[in-house]
Amino acid sequence: MAATRKDGAAVTELSGPAQHGVELYRRMLVVRRFEEAVQSLFQKGEVHGTTHLYVGEEAGAVGVADVLRPHDRVAGTYRGHGHALALGVDPQALLDEMLGRETGVCGGRAGSMNVIDLGNRLIGCFGIIGGSISAATGAALALRQQGDGVAVAFFGEGTTNHGYFHECLNFAAVLRLPVLFVCENNRYGEFTPFEDVTAGEIAARPQTLGIPTETVDGMDVWAVREAAEAAVERARAGEGPQFIQSMTYRFVGHSRSDPGRYRKPGELEEWKQRDPLKVAREKLAAAFGVDGAVVDGVDAEVEAQFEAIVERSLAAPYPDPVRDAAREFAPTTS
Amino acid sequence: MADKLEFRRAIRDALDEELARDERVVFFGEDVAKPGGVFAATPGLYDAHGEARVFDTPISELAITGAAFGAAVCGLRPVIEIMFADFLPLAMDGMVNQAAKYWYLSNEQAPAPIVVRSAYGAGGRFGAIHSQSPVAWFQNVPGLKIVAPSTPADAKALLKAAIRDDNPVLFLEHKRLYSLKGDAPTEEVTTIGEAKVVRAGGDLTIAAVATSVHHALAAAETLAAKGLEAEVVDLRSLRPLDVPAVVASVTKTNRLLVVEEGPLTGGWAGELVAQVSEHALGELDDVWRLATDDLPTPYSPPLEDDFLPGTEAIVASVRERLGVAAGA
Ligand SMILES: Cc1ncc(C[n+]2csc(CCOP(=O)(O)OP(=O)(O)O)c2C)c(N)n1
Repeated sequence: MAATRKDGAAVTELSGPAQHGVELYRRMLVVRRFEEAVQSLFQKGEVHGTTHLYVGEEAGAVGVADVLRPHDRVAGTYRGHGHALALGVDPQALLDEMLGRETGVCGGRAGSMNVIDLGNRLIGCFGIIGGSISAATGAALALRQQGDGVAVAFFGEGTTNHGYFHECLNFAAVLRLPVLFVCENNRYGEFTPFEDVTAGEIAARPQTLGIPTETVDGMDVWAVREAAEAAVERARAGEGPQFIQSMTYRFVGHSRSDPGRYRKPGELEEWKQRDPLKVAREKLAAAFGVDGAVVDGVDAEVEAQFEAIVERSLAAPYPDPVRDAAREFAPTTS
Repeated sequence: MADKLEFRRAIRDALDEELARDERVVFFGEDVAKPGGVFAATPGLYDAHGEARVFDTPISELAITGAAFGAAVCGLRPVIEIMFADFLPLAMDGMVNQAAKYWYLSNEQAPAPIVVRSAYGAGGRFGAIHSQSPVAWFQNVPGLKIVAPSTPADAKALLKAAIRDDNPVLFLEHKRLYSLKGDAPTEEVTTIGEAKVVRAGGDLTIAAVATSVHHALAAAETLAAKGLEAEVVDLRSLRPLDVPAVVASVTKTNRLLVVEEGPLTGGWAGELVAQVSEHALGELDDVWRLATDDLPTPYSPPLEDDFLPGTEAIVASVRERLGVAAGA
């Protein structure tokens, strides 16, 4: 279905970079609307436990995922809804998972922090800090042996102080594995500013291991995409691990119960000026000549899409504990 | 008997054969490839299969285990070595939080077939932090299999089964067994989760794994001389635990002793006793455990020997418990 402008022009009439740009905008918007839906359903008691939202950080996952190919693999984090959606995980199945429904992407067994969708290249979202880094490192080992593919690990800046980070970067560098490490620096690990607990510069850490490293504006989807494209190409060409530090900010709390008192005065407002959706909208007009009405059309379309998704999720069945025939072990076939 | 198989050779041969059989199999760890392993259990594999499939890693247990998991869910069948089981706490996250849960959490999209080989156990004067048995740390983890062979034949056929298994397997090699020689296996693979009666007897069942099986067998000979015939059950796997095999044995003997090389409190022997009691309380006239004191493994030889539930300790325990005549 094409997004229709009031005067009849549609997104499908765009072509080349403009059309692609609108598509990137749409994907970021899907993440934003998804997170808003999760937040509101959480407040209504339909999403349980805890959730970590990606609001403000959408350009990271969308920019990186856009350069990946079918055989590539991605490991995301507990803040992983954006990682999943950017890879093409069905928003309906993902929201159903948040609501613990049988139709969820993991049948309601995983929940917000542990989503796995191998069919969409997502080997997992990891609730343990650094788990994504080791999983992607191992995925890269498999991909190299299979002769095709790059693995990507997403993680926050707080994770650069974890053993997994140091061990795996060295491990990947020594083995020259095709892996891209994407550090999403949103400035806080939970409630602690990263500079309070981090010695030196984050970018210096991979650099000292000989890993090519680039720091990018994580609020600009094109900037992230460009850096990712170059990095993935180098990894694909056998040049070993690559590192991107994406400077970003989360506009919401770390998790469900976070009043955000640690933020510096005015900081949130300042970063909101650089909201990736706003940045994209401006750039679509200025650099690609896309009419604001086309973007409005995308907004309306995604809005309607989510109204329907939420309605279907709320109506989806819960798994039946009696029928659920979980098996402890996989039946061995080889 | 010319063609006896050494336990460490059984490990090497199982790896060698599986590396040759299945190109998805890779093997890595600290000092395992070019040096051939600190227990000399893996020599020649690097030369035979090349550095893409057999390689030395940094001293990074988090990375080794986490990478094995990541590779497994992307189609490889990694075998890793965690040099001493005492280092497994560093590998635990990858095993417990990632690999063991993957099949369930993914709603059965894919399993995580990794094999974690690790040398464990006391008796070698290695001291408290190179002598532990990690079974109890892991037995409580659904989705993880735990294997501990007692003979070269089982070592080979069970390791091959572990590598072919779609689930994560902790494969424990007791270091006091590496130089043990025995028959070659009669079958290519042995099913994980099946115990084996290694000595028949009608008066008492002794259940054990690895070195404790040999101690139990020796103790059974001493006890036989006193007129008590013990049946010895080699459990071979601690998860799944072959409770039916033990129940079948106690149905005959009505008495069960579980020997565990590890602290008594919270040990796997307690789990076996609980399960057998739940299933066959009416068959039991007596049931008890022989394990170590709740202390770290001591270094000094007389202290360590006294600490471990060896042959003499088993004999003494049975005599005391069942009142078997003392002396010759
Ligand atoms: C091993 C481990 N330690 C601690 C935590 C608790 N925890 C969850 S998120 C988080 C902060 C992580 O910060 P960062 O890496 O910057 O990522 P962000 O949440 O900002 O995206 C912490 C400490 C955890 N999940 N795992």
